[in-house]
Amino acid sequence: MVFLSRRGFIASGSVAAMLPPWARSASANDMRSLSPVENLGELTGSEFDLSVARMPFTVDGRRGKAIAVNGQVPAPLLRWREGDEVTLRLKNNLDTDTSIHWHGILLPFQMDGVPGISFPGVKPNETFTYKFPVIQAGTYWYHSHSGMQEQAGHYGPIIIDPADNDPVAYDRDYVIVLSDWTFQKPERIFARLKKSSESFNFQQRTLADFVDDADEMGIGAAFAQRSRWGRMRMSPTDIADVTGETYTYLANGHGPVDNWTGLFKTGERVRLRFINASAMTIFNVRIPGLPMTVVQSDGLNVQPVETDEFQIGVAETFDVVVQPSDEKAYTVMCESIDRSGYARATLAPREGMQAAIPPLRSRPTLTMADMGMVGHGGGHHMMGGDKKKSMTPDMEHGTMDHGSMDHGMDHDSMDHGAGSDGQSHNHPQGVGVVNVAEAPTNRLAEPGLGLENQPHRVLTYADLKSLDINPDKRAPEREIELHLTSNMERYMWSFDGRKFSEVRDPIIFHKGERLRMTLVNDTMMAHPIHLHGMFFDVVTNESHYKPRKHTIVVKPAEKLSVDITPEAEGDWAFHCHLLYHMMAGMMRTVTVKATPHHHRSDEKESHENHQAHMSHKTDAGHKSHKGHKSHGEMNH
Amino acid sequence: MTRALIVISFFGLNAVNGFAYAQTAADAFYSPEEMAAARHHLYNHHGNGRVSYIEAERLEYRTGEGESGFLWDGQGWIGGDDHKVWLKTEGEIDFDGSSVEEAEVQLLYSRAISSFFDAQIGIRHDIKPNPSRTYAVVGLQGLTPYHFELDAATFISDKGDVSARIEVEYELLLTQRLIAQPRTELNIALQDTPSIDVGSGLSTVELGVRLRYEIKREIAPYIGVSWERSLGDTADFARDNGDDPSTVFFVAGVRSWF
Repeated sequence: MVFLSRRGFIASGSVAAMLPPWARSASANDMRSLSPVENLGELTGSEFDLSVARMPFTVDGRRGKAIAVNGQVPAPLLRWREGDEVTLRLKNNLDTDTSIHWHGILLPFQMDGVPGISFPGVKPNETFTYKFPVIQAGTYWYHSHSGMQEQAGHYGPIIIDPADNDPVAYDRDYVIVLSDWTFQKPERIFARLKKSSESFNFQQRTLADFVDDADEMGIGAAFAQRSRWGRMRMSPTDIADVTGETYTYLANGHGPVDNWTGLFKTGERVRLRFINASAMTIFNVRIPGLPMTVVQSDGLNVQPVETDEFQIGVAETFDVVVQPSDEKAYTVMCESIDRSGYARATLAPREGMQAAIPPLRSRPTLTMADMGMVGHGGGHHMMGGDKKKSMTPDMEHGTMDHGSMDHGMDHDSMDHGAGSDGQSHNHPQGVGVVNVAEAPTNRLAEPGLGLENQPHRVLTYADLKSLDINPDKRAPEREIELHLTSNMERYMWSFDGRKFSEVRDPIIFHKGERLRMTLVNDTMMAHPIHLHGMFFDVVTNESHYKPRKHTIVVKPAEKLSVDITPEAEGDWAFHCHLLYHMMAGMMRTVTVKATPHHHRSDEKESHENHQAHMSHKTDAGHKSHKGHKSHGEMNH
Repeated sequence: MTRALIVISFFGLNAVNGFAYAQTAADAFYSPEEMAAARHHLYNHHGNGRVSYIEAERLEYRTGEGESGFLWDGQGWIGGDDHKVWLKTEGEIDFDGSSVEEAEVQLLYSRAISSFFDAQIGIRHDIKPNPSRTYAVVGLQGLTPYHFELDAATFISDKGDVSARIEVEYELLLTQRLIAQPRTELNIALQDTPSIDVGSGLSTVELGVRLRYEIKREIAPYIGVSWERSLGDTADFARDNGDDPSTVFFVAGVRSWF
């Protein structure tokens, strides 16, 4: 077993970041990698030492600078066991603050790792100790929540082995961490988006496209289509903000040339744990010639469903099992959503083999359905520009508890037909809101953006059904509606028309309540929305086998609902997991209060009853402050 | 200590920022002072960022009908989504007389007033032509429906003269990198100002098209043509000076921003 000396990396700043052993390609390894279950070099147990430092990192032969954990990009695979208590010491060897957020992990909020919400962050040269019980199993990941460090390499996978038998049967196990690497500084990318938001897009519509359209639909129709988009000052080619112009897409830290390879023996069931650790890139994943059986998403098992392609939003995970029956190589093709590039890996019976790489399909364009217009394409009711202004611009959003939304609580969310009743938009619509979806629809049964007309099967959220019955079968008691809002031209992103920097009041959840959160996407992009510390029961159907997820992609002009049972008190981050959208303000704090909801006002005040059975310890700084509040920590 | 007290105790600190943060659960586990600092940082870096921008929109050599010269037209800003400070400058050097013919600088406060438009207010100073002049500026800059970039401003000089300028540009993508940019500029004056050769009414019209190739988005060499015409009294002033009131220039230059 290869085990890296962490000290060796810490000691020498000149050492280049390398791939963790699990992420190394078979072709770069010896045949030891043919052991039945493939997780060489992972860190296992219940005590972990992680150190973060900046170091050189080479992608497809070009050298850049990464932020690495224990000298590795991606960061080491952490393998925990359900039921254990884990202790993770994070040493910061950067010259700036850092942090680790345990993505999808249920834990006390003060261990969640978001500076400014759950803890103060980890200062340079300090060590912070995370300690929490592991109460779940599955595939997860971790990443920095400080600045833009996750763009620079600060992300890694987590596998939690179930306490009982794994219901998923497999002979071999690989993690495939997808990410988007850039040789530019993340801060420069963000600044460039602010200055010229479409400047990364080299797939815009040109004069030649207009000629093609005119040829296809007639010059009048082509002109009408152009003018609809033009009038709105939007672009139908705005699929991804940051593209292959700057990104090299990675699979396990390997560029397409480096070609990460996982070996198999014919007939073996190979489990592939896909984790999208990108900053900005949604991928379409397929393995030509090999059907995939999806068995898990976001760490929780789903009823096995076979498919040929799935879209994976930033921060989502999908575990699939494949069973290659031929003695040949297969390409794991992970195309960026705008098809400006791809990450690629290979599954092969022997090292050095590779299969053909399918050509990138042509980039999708947004349609009138993505605008949320009544009747899709009527061309007259997009609520952009002046029409939007007719609404009260300074409307206070006030309480987030839209408990009595006019569409009621018992609607079947699959029934939101286009134009059924018109969508209300009770939020500020100032400079940061260009348009609102007039008739958003539920699109959970649609494949991801751009995968509508494939000749093969494509997974939708509606295909996912939880393997276990949902733990909370109650109907929701109240509903919170939240709108995803933007101004692409100014690169402003927000919820309910307000950037995080403009909001001080958190969204209030009450411990133990059953809550429905309805998300309305007023923007023309797909957003992977992530809530820390709890799962969404995605309302794809009315059964008790709703898929449960920590991150869900909300399509353009979509209105979808998730049910939530908040259990862990405290403050939690809620945000779009597209890094630069979050940095632009598409973020909120959710506070889970022990104070009873009005339905249960007989409950006594228990706001000091934090789920705080963790004590924390840092090498410097925090200890001296422990004395003044001792509640909580002693409760366990 | 109850959370209510913590909130109260923090109100004072956060009041500096004009807001009180309601989410303070972590204060029960960590130093409230450190949490306050981290919270402040978090908010300021998620939606409240400052960016600066510098653009050399036109840096070009121009020649036509016996005249040749160099023109610069640049702008830059610093600020956030709602408030910015703009600096704009443009001017012309005449190679024949080897003199700076025109040179103006504007310093503006700019505020986003709608999704696509900023209102701008500030001062303009013309170093050339002589005599130099200072103006108050009120303007509007942004993107109109159908993607026209508009920069319109009214100027009131220290002599009380009132004038206006409207610039409109459009970008037509021939390919992903080859971009044609039609451009028009209109200057309007309310009165004759003979000392700077400007007559009342529509004083000058400029129509041009530039074809640029974006080597990178940020750097694009271009060639183009620009027809510039003085009208009314302004044309008479030009004739009096021996200039042709209507000139076609061929231009070559570089557009860049960062």
